[in-house]
Amino acid sequence: MIELLGYPFMQRALLAAFVTGLAAPVIGTYLVQRRLALLGDGMGHIAVTGVALGLWTGIAPTWTAVAVAIIGAITIEIIRDRGRTSADLALALLFYGGLAGGVMITGLAGQSGATLQRYLFGSITSISLTDIWFTLIISIAIVVVGVGLLPQLFTVAQDPDFAQVAGLRVRAYNLVIAVLAAVTVTVAMRTVGLLLVSALMIVPVAASQQLSRSFRATMAGGVVVGAGAGVGGLLISAYLSDAHALSVAPGPTIVMVALCCFVATWPIGLLQRRRQRLRAPFPETGTVEHEPAGAHPHEHGPGCGHLAVPHQDHVDYVHDGHRHAAHGAHYDEH
Amino acid sequence: MNRTPDAVVELQGGAVAIGGRPILRQIDLTVRSGEFVTLLGPNGSGKSTLIRALTGLRPLTHGSLALFGTPFASFRAWHRLGYVPQRASAASGVPASVTEVVSSGRLTRRKLLRPAGRADRAAVAAALDLVGLADRARDNVATLSGGQQQRVLIARALAGDPDLFFLDEPTAGVDLPNQHALADALAALARAGSTVVLVTHELGPLAPLVERTVVLRDGRVEYDGAPLDIHDAHGHHHLHPAQTEPDPGFVAPLDRDPHQDGEVST
Repeated sequence: MIELLGYPFMQRALLAAFVTGLAAPVIGTYLVQRRLALLGDGMGHIAVTGVALGLWTGIAPTWTAVAVAIIGAITIEIIRDRGRTSADLALALLFYGGLAGGVMITGLAGQSGATLQRYLFGSITSISLTDIWFTLIISIAIVVVGVGLLPQLFTVAQDPDFAQVAGLRVRAYNLVIAVLAAVTVTVAMRTVGLLLVSALMIVPVAASQQLSRSFRATMAGGVVVGAGAGVGGLLISAYLSDAHALSVAPGPTIVMVALCCFVATWPIGLLQRRRQRLRAPFPETGTVEHEPAGAHPHEHGPGCGHLAVPHQDHVDYVHDGHRHAAHGAHYDEH
Repeated sequence: MNRTPDAVVELQGGAVAIGGRPILRQIDLTVRSGEFVTLLGPNGSGKSTLIRALTGLRPLTHGSLALFGTPFASFRAWHRLGYVPQRASAASGVPASVTEVVSSGRLTRRKLLRPAGRADRAAVAAALDLVGLADRARDNVATLSGGQQQRVLIARALAGDPDLFFLDEPTAGVDLPNQHALADALAALARAGSTVVLVTHELGPLAPLVERTVVLRDGRVEYDGAPLDIHDAHGHHHLHPAQTEPDPGFVAPLDRDPHQDGEVST
C-alpha cells in the first residue's frame, strides 16, 4: 500500500482527486441553493457528446467536452430565463440527446465502448501530467471566482428580484454560475466520470448542510467533505485493488465515501432540527381558558428533565404531548 | 415633462402589458420625498405590477418613469432604493444565516471583490436591531417564523441605508405581534424622513402611518388622496371580484418566477 503511494501516477491521481473535491462543492452549493441539484447531472450527459466529438475529430476530448458543456450550460440558462412551463421537458430532451448522441458518435468514430467508459466513470489513475495542470488551474479558477463573487452570487440566487433592484446584473451572474458548473463537470470528469460528476458537486453540500446554519459554513463544510472524500475514496479503492486483487474503480468509491458522510450527518441534522422545533417559543395568545391538568404527581422545575419552553411571562414544560404550566399548587394545560 | 421639485418617483402615462394583455393603463403617479403612500386594490388590480414597474422589474410598454429626477434608463443610484419583494419565505435551498441575508442589502454600497468592512457590519447590525431581530443574527433564516422572515427581508432593504422604500405585501400572512414589529420599524423610517411606497391587502397596525392612499382597480388609478376610512377600502376590495380577477391560466406562465415560493399577484 505504502509503495503504491510512491508511484507518480498515484501521486497525480491524489492531487487531482483533492483539487476536484475542493472545487466541485463550491459550485454545488450554488446549484443546491437554486434547487438545481440535478442540473450538474444533465450537464454531465451533454458533455458526453463533447467527449465523443473529441474522439471523432482527434482533438483532445477534454477541450471538446469543455466547449460542448459550456454551450449546453448557456442553452439551459436561456431556457430557464425564458421561464416557459415546458423548460423542464426541454432540459430532459437536451440531456438525453447529449447522452445518446455521445454514445452514437463514439461508434461512428470507430472507438470502442471501453474508451468512452473511461470518461463515463472516470480514469483518475491514468491522468497525465498535462491533465494535472489543466485540472489544477481550472480548479483554482473555480474556487477563486466562486468564493470571490460569493456575496453577489449568493444574493442573485437567494432573491433575483431583490438583486436586480440592487443593481446587480442577474443574467450575467446566472451565466457565470452556469459556465462554472459546465467547467466543473469537465474537470470532475477525469476523477469520478461524467455519470457521477454531479455527485461530487451535490453530495458534499447535502452532507454539510445537515449541520450548518449559514451559507458560508455550508460551502466550507462541503469543500472539506468533497476533498476528504476525493482523497479517502481514492485511497480505499487503491487499498482494495492492491491488497485484495479486486478492481474497484476510484470514481464510484469517492462518491460512496461522500454519501457515507451524508448518512453520518443526516441523523444529527434531523435531531437538531427536531429539537429546534420543540424549543421554538409558543406564540403569544390572548386569555386562555383555565384548564387544569389531570392528576400530576411530578413537580416541574429547572433541571426536572422535561423540555422547558418560554411562553409569555412563564415557562411551559413539554412532555407526552402536553404543555404544563404551574398555576398555584396544580398545573394547567397551555 | 413637468418636474415636481422634490419628487422621488415620477410615473407619467405608465402602461404595462404582460403577454399582450394590458395590466396597467395610463398611470400617473408622483411621490414626493418623505411621503408614506399605500397602494390598495383588489387582487388582480395591478398593485404588485405597479410596484414592479416602479422598481424597473417590469418594463413599461408606454410612458416614462423617473426616480430622483433621473430617467430610469440612466438611473444608477441603486443604493437609494430599498426593495422588499413579495415572498412567502426568505429561505432557499441551502441554509443561510440571518446576517448573510441582511448583508445582501449592503451590495449596493460595496465594491466588487472587496470584503465587507466595518461600516457594512455596523449597518447590518443596526438594521437587525431596528426590526428587533438582533438576537437571531446567527440563526438559519429558515428556522424563523414567517413574520420574522418578513422582518429579515425588511432589514435587508434597510441595510443599504436607502431613502426610498418599495414594500410589496410585507404583512401578508404575518401574525399580529409581528405586524406591530413591522409597523414600529416603518414608523422609525418615516420619522427619519424616508419615502415609503407600500402595497398591501390589509393595513392593520400600519394604518396610522399612512399619509396618502392610491387605490387601483383593473389597472387604473381609481382614487388618490388622503387615507380612506377602512370600510371604504374594504368596499373596494370586494366590490367586483369577478371582473377584476385575472384569468390565472393566461397570466401564470408569463408572470411566473421560479425563485418565488409565494403566490404572485399582479
